[in-house]
Amino acid sequence: MSEDTMPLWIRGGRLIDPARMDVDLKDGRGDVLIADGVVVASGDPELVARAAQQLTDGTLPVGGAVTSVDSRPVQTSQAPRIIDVPKGHVVAPGFIDLHVHLREPGLEIRETVRTGARAAAAGGYTTICCMPNTAPVLDNRGVLEWVNALAQQADARILPIAAITVGQRGEQLTEMGELAAAGAVAFSDDGKPVASSGMLRLALQYALPLDRPIVNHCEDPMLVGGGVMHEGPVATRLGLRGWPAAGETLMLARDLELAGITGGRYHAAHLSVAPSIELVRRAKDAGWRVTAEVTPHHLLLSQSWVAGEREGVLASTPGPRYDTRAKVNPPLRTLDDAAALLAALVDGTIDVIATDHAPHSEVEKVCTFDEAAFGITGLETAFGGLMALVHAQSLPLTTLIAALTIRPALAFDLATRIGRPVGTLAPGASGDVVIFDPDAVWPVATERFASRGQNTPLAGLTLRGQVRRTILAGRVVFDLDGASAN
Amino acid sequence: MTESRHTPAPVGGSGSVPTLHQATGYPAAPGHPAAAGAPSSARRDLFDLEGWSSTRLTALLDHAEQLATAAPPDALQGRSVLTLFYENSTRTRVSFEMAAQRLGARTITMTAAGSSVEKGESLLDTITTLDAMHPDVIVMRHSHSGAPEAAARWANAAIINAGDGWHAHPTQALLDAYTLRAALGDLRGKRIVIIGDILHSRVARSNCWSLPTLGAEVVLCGPPTMVSAKFATAYPHGVRVEHDLDRALAGADAAYALRIQMERAAGSAIPSLREYRARYGLTTARLDALINAHIVRPDLAVLHPGPMNEGIEIDPEVAHGPQSLVARQVANGVPVRMAVLRWALGQFDLPEDLPIEAHASSSASRTAHRPLPEEEYV
Repeated sequence: MSEDTMPLWIRGGRLIDPARMDVDLKDGRGDVLIADGVVVASGDPELVARAAQQLTDGTLPVGGAVTSVDSRPVQTSQAPRIIDVPKGHVVAPGFIDLHVHLREPGLEIRETVRTGARAAAAGGYTTICCMPNTAPVLDNRGVLEWVNALAQQADARILPIAAITVGQRGEQLTEMGELAAAGAVAFSDDGKPVASSGMLRLALQYALPLDRPIVNHCEDPMLVGGGVMHEGPVATRLGLRGWPAAGETLMLARDLELAGITGGRYHAAHLSVAPSIELVRRAKDAGWRVTAEVTPHHLLLSQSWVAGEREGVLASTPGPRYDTRAKVNPPLRTLDDAAALLAALVDGTIDVIATDHAPHSEVEKVCTFDEAAFGITGLETAFGGLMALVHAQSLPLTTLIAALTIRPALAFDLATRIGRPVGTLAPGASGDVVIFDPDAVWPVATERFASRGQNTPLAGLTLRGQVRRTILAGRVVFDLDGASAN
Repeated sequence: MTESRHTPAPVGGSGSVPTLHQATGYPAAPGHPAAAGAPSSARRDLFDLEGWSSTRLTALLDHAEQLATAAPPDALQGRSVLTLFYENSTRTRVSFEMAAQRLGARTITMTAAGSSVEKGESLLDTITTLDAMHPDVIVMRHSHSGAPEAAARWANAAIINAGDGWHAHPTQALLDAYTLRAALGDLRGKRIVIIGDILHSRVARSNCWSLPTLGAEVVLCGPPTMVSAKFATAYPHGVRVEHDLDRALAGADAAYALRIQMERAAGSAIPSLREYRARYGLTTARLDALINAHIVRPDLAVLHPGPMNEGIEIDPEVAHGPQSLVARQVANGVPVRMAVLRWALGQFDLPEDLPIEAHASSSASRTAHRPLPEEEYV
């Protein structure tokens, strides 16, 4: 039996599993035992130790003689490999990212499935959903199976999102039934909004029996035009074309109404402005099947970063003006927007933190601001960046972990899609684990990124909170200290 | 790590000061003389007038005044000034070339049309290519805001902005201040009305920094589609936004009409040029009526950055009338740009400048390929 498939006993850490109400699992010392890629015991160290002994002896009972042990038959009979977690380090379910651009096929100069998955593992993510704006667009079963094949060897579980319309052109629905059957977990024309109200309504209706969410990038193209940054005083001074807040709320309000009248499942991508929150809250109060996400950069940064004025919770020395690394769509907004989005994340109106990981090559960012591509590479800095909000006591650690684990799992119904729970370490769940040091301080060295994209305004900043190990279905896929799992 | 295409950049200190040519985050391009540590002469960039104090502006204008009467013909002997224009220009480019040649510099003219830019060469490649031939100064116009600042990260030459997108046209604002000062005297308390498509105007934006700093009250006037209320609070000194031209002109000392871009008329910010002229044109009829009603002083100064659409934003009788400063603006561009070129090449200092040695060391840190610690991105 190779080391990869040996049972794993993660011992001594502080276990945080927001999905579980058990008092002993909420926020104290807790161990995790994984066999055959699945959590067989977790929580109270004594119970887990007993299960580990039984596993070694081959006497682990089927049916759960020990509390918190999965009732599933365990095939393995072997002493588990032990990972001793230093005191103070946290053990949590592997992170889940519902919004990632892996660029393959077609745009491998920016990223590949392999490098993107390695970046995910380095960032603590075990499950990522990749967007279909590749070349060719992931709008048919052929491309979907191509990506599925590439994903087999990857260091993260990759769940493709298929396009809503053929070629993302907004004119004709994709073969959603076949795509869902082949593994598409959601549908989105991300990068391009679905401009036609009629088309979005059709998509929401057609997807009803498939029970997959329709994900939309909210940007009214007729209003936003060629806007490159948030419309406001900074854009005015810099002479850059503005992207007004109403460009988002106009389309979001439309989308939510359509979710309401169709009963369809709708997920709002990367919300960026405060007025969007009230729209989502009203839709949820009305009982519509709506979820929403926010990115780390919209929680942490602001429009001033474009002008090199690095304000907010990651405030630092001035950077370059017209900083193309801070060009992203939707654009960085105001600190007031960021504060409102954070409050909405804490109160649950916004369900999920998703990175919108958007790697780009150098030539797409070393140019003028107008020419530069939109996007920030996010997988490897998301957790460390977001921990600044925890250290500032603006965001409870448990909420942060929930927004990175169980909340996204529920939003996309991933337990059904994968066939067992993820985003939790309850017995029976996939053995997906992240181990992090909440206090380790580290510099963002983009040249050491696993991702091909180095386009982040956090380059060179110092973050506090670092992923030490990432485990995917019982296999260590990232280990900061030791040799890489590869 | 096989994916890495970058030499890890050592961490270095900052300590440089804005407005000078310096590393603002991006290491010099590989193979570029800056990366090889080639010696660079001291030089300063001019991107915009943001943060320029009154004494600093005044000192530059004073120097330009001296140059207007006595320009040292050999001051820039042996220096080369390259004008790189990605957009059309008559007066700005010729004015820079005239200024450079009157000081003894050689000038090289490059326009995007007919160059490798038309083959799709990137700005980075164009700048590094031109910079490899060691011009002392690159005077640059580009349709994208911030392009000169990007270029300065990749070039050893001093970069002087001759207009970038909607952002800034600093030498225009300097010659405007020069012209207004000559006509009106001290600008403190003077009311200057800028009329037109402010939203898309780099001339207006640069004047929103310099004129209020010199004590003038700036009123921006145009339809709300061309000047939103946001302008009133976008600048530290504050400017006034007024959508009614008659009200804007009341008590004004100068009226500055901007060029209306014909292509912006149809289906866009204004319904028609005819209506624009009726509501915002500096017409003879409007000015006569306002003067007769004692709302506007009879010697109201009139400016325009050119090229003019006579009969639309300004009537020919006004443009060429006795109160017009338009021709003087063009003439004054030359001494102002002479002063800017001499300053850029370190021939004189302005208040709040870094000593040239300090500047040289800050540029040396850039040429040694040592970016600021927080910016290791290429």
